[in-house]
Amino acid sequence: MPYNLKEVIANKPSRFTSGHRMCAGCGAPPVARMILRALKPEDHAVIANATGCMEVSTFMYPYTSWTDSYIHTAFENAASTLSGVEAAYKSMKKQGKLPDDKHTKFIAFGGDGGTYDIGIQALSGAMERGHDMVYVCYDNGAYMNTGIQRSSATPKFADTTTSPAGSVIPGKMQSRKDLTEIMEAHHLPYVAQSIAFANFKDLYEKAEKAIYTEGPCFLNVLAPCPRGWGYPTDMLMQINKLAVDTCYWPLYEIIDGKYVINYKPAKKLPVEEFLRPQKRFKHMFKPGNEWMIEEFQKEVDKRWDDLLKLEEMTNK
Amino acid sequence: MGIRERLSGNEAAAIAMKQINPDVVAAFPITPSTEIPQYFSTFVSNGSVDTEFVAVESEHSAMSACVGAEAAGSRAMTATSANGLSFMWEMIYIASSLRLPIVMSLVNRAVSGPLNIHNDHSDAMGVRDSGWIMLFSENNQEAYDNLIMAHRIAENKDVLLPLMVCQDGFITSHSIENIELIEDDKVKEFVGTYKPEHYLLNDKEPMAIGPLDVQSYLFEHKYQQAQAMRNAKKVIADVAKDFEKMTGRKYSFFEEYKMEDAEIAVVCMNSTAGTAKTVVDDLRNKGVKAGLVKVRVFRPFPTEEIANALGNLKAVAIMDKADSLNGAGGALFEDVTSAMYVNKKQVPAVSYVYGIGGRDVTSNDIHEVYEYLQNVANTGEIDNPYRYVGLRV
Amino acid sequence: MSTNIDKNTPAKDMTIGGNIYEAGNAVEFKTGDWRSIKPKYISEKCTQCGLCFPVCPDDAIPVGKDGKRTDFNYDYCKGCGVCAKVCPFKAIEMVNEE
Repeated sequence: MPYNLKEVIANKPSRFTSGHRMCAGCGAPPVARMILRALKPEDHAVIANATGCMEVSTFMYPYTSWTDSYIHTAFENAASTLSGVEAAYKSMKKQGKLPDDKHTKFIAFGGDGGTYDIGIQALSGAMERGHDMVYVCYDNGAYMNTGIQRSSATPKFADTTTSPAGSVIPGKMQSRKDLTEIMEAHHLPYVAQSIAFANFKDLYEKAEKAIYTEGPCFLNVLAPCPRGWGYPTDMLMQINKLAVDTCYWPLYEIIDGKYVINYKPAKKLPVEEFLRPQKRFKHMFKPGNEWMIEEFQKEVDKRWDDLLKLEEMTNK
Repeated sequence: MGIRERLSGNEAAAIAMKQINPDVVAAFPITPSTEIPQYFSTFVSNGSVDTEFVAVESEHSAMSACVGAEAAGSRAMTATSANGLSFMWEMIYIASSLRLPIVMSLVNRAVSGPLNIHNDHSDAMGVRDSGWIMLFSENNQEAYDNLIMAHRIAENKDVLLPLMVCQDGFITSHSIENIELIEDDKVKEFVGTYKPEHYLLNDKEPMAIGPLDVQSYLFEHKYQQAQAMRNAKKVIADVAKDFEKMTGRKYSFFEEYKMEDAEIAVVCMNSTAGTAKTVVDDLRNKGVKAGLVKVRVFRPFPTEEIANALGNLKAVAIMDKADSLNGAGGALFEDVTSAMYVNKKQVPAVSYVYGIGGRDVTSNDIHEVYEYLQNVANTGEIDNPYRYVGLRV
Repeated sequence: MSTNIDKNTPAKDMTIGGNIYEAGNAVEFKTGDWRSIKPKYISEKCTQCGLCFPVCPDDAIPVGKDGKRTDFNYDYCKGCGVCAKVCPFKAIEMVNEE
């Protein structure tokens, strides 16, 4: 059935309620909510959450925003915690300890800190073992929960509280890790990169594929943080659009090894359009720092070209 | 009347796990407990258990997966040693605070560093305040029996705490001894089925586990854990009674060996008790009124009972197979002496740290301890209460 | 559904481990008072295009079974303005909170 936003919203109630304590304008809740809407209404889900903004603000005792079952244990282990839940499900199903006609799906949410960095071992292990689960990274490009420290997902030159733009060192000096490619190196049945964009078709359809593809699947979703990125709170969707129109955050999926780029901007915008509204890149626009924008553009171009080649190569 | 076998401690633990038939086992290899998941995965591969075996990529993930599995509504078990337990440490606390009755086989080994794969109790002592029930085992039989009793204790609704069964690495885990196993059907009946009241996989009652627990709530949740640990004492005693009915084997919080008229005694845990018993026999033959207390239930700590058991002695030595590196005595020494003080039992007490990193503990060493106690009993003088045995100073 | 646990609840009446058995009970926690500016819905200008529904982080735009939105749920709206910014028809205006 083709995606119809109104039908999805009207017929699939939110499984991530109001009353959470995420910041005003946070990019993560719309992402999590739409991903959960991709579940069939009759299916139950167990959600595992890594410690982070999302966890501390959606399950602060005694209130939970999750209408499905939910477990948080620690920062680095959403994937291994959910491995155990999924293994229990398999075992109990096999033994007839759970009803035959009901299905439970397993979804983990982690920020980039909990996924790219401290949680990568547990994630890699869970994916390699083949648990039937979806791991969703909501990537806001730094440790936002602890106060905007750099992570391996932080873009080069970004000013964070542990990579401050100083007079000698102009922000983070390393390029962003490409986690989506690392996950693809696990040869998973489904890997995708998405964002909250336009009518959310891209995100919804990828979530649906990931949830209903058997085996371990991975979604990497850019989720802007107005506080950490330093853009006006109301600009969430404009920032997202700039991320994809500049090809900073390409929307693509890898289905059994085949790359499909889901959005190729008619006119690829210069990356400075994406950088300019964000305070974390402010120092890059000072006179004399033009080289920083050039270098950033080069990296974006290289990664985009590589992706185009991968698409061509894997679809021959 | 039971099945007579010859098994190592690790085999005994694996057989207990097979008979328990947990829904999930998640484990990572580490000497000297590695054999337990090895044997167990063979049971899985040959279809003799219903268990999903999760061959995780680390001990941290082993305990995380056990937490997930137990929270999901299933029985989860694991085994580890030393650094494996250290790596689990964060999750050890989380398992107990989430009130998940996970059962673990801990094959005791020295925690690094420097690296040493041999037995002492530094791994277990590192988690003594983590909210796990801790049972210690002198030999393969006790390691097996403690595991068979474990779920009945941990899953009791007044308890709901994880439980670890300790045995000495190599000394017990790799030594083959006679053992009496219980028939499969009897174990199955004794252990029973796990029916948690609330669990993640119950789609009729979705639940949330593991909140951010702010200043208004964490204190009360910790108090609940502390109360559960207090409740565990009675449950441990009740389960032991049922176990005795089934097997004839009697278990208490601690074993008292020739303590009725003892004037001097040693308190210790795990395999050292075996050596100490022969020394006690030897001393008794020489007319020395020596006794031994072997602690089985270390958490919850049986304060009043132990104080009463030791209260009439003329001198007592508490032997710790882990140095707390606190400039004072070992962990067991501190628990025993504080129990005695609170219960107004004033007995001259000395701390002995021994057997670190697998250092052999001979009957000569234990004799040395009793000799010192005789001296203390005669003179009432202790020149230094913080002592070592078997160490080159 | 109601959560009868608060900062005066004694330990014996609190759920163990911090478990919560009423999934989604955060709806009892109102976040509307975080707001300093508020969105005003101008229904005459609204074409029901749907762009604002999914962007609300707080799910404060009610959508009926007919797929049409109604006025904001101010119990939860934190006043971020993301909805106003995506509306191509100026049917949402951000105004100061009285």
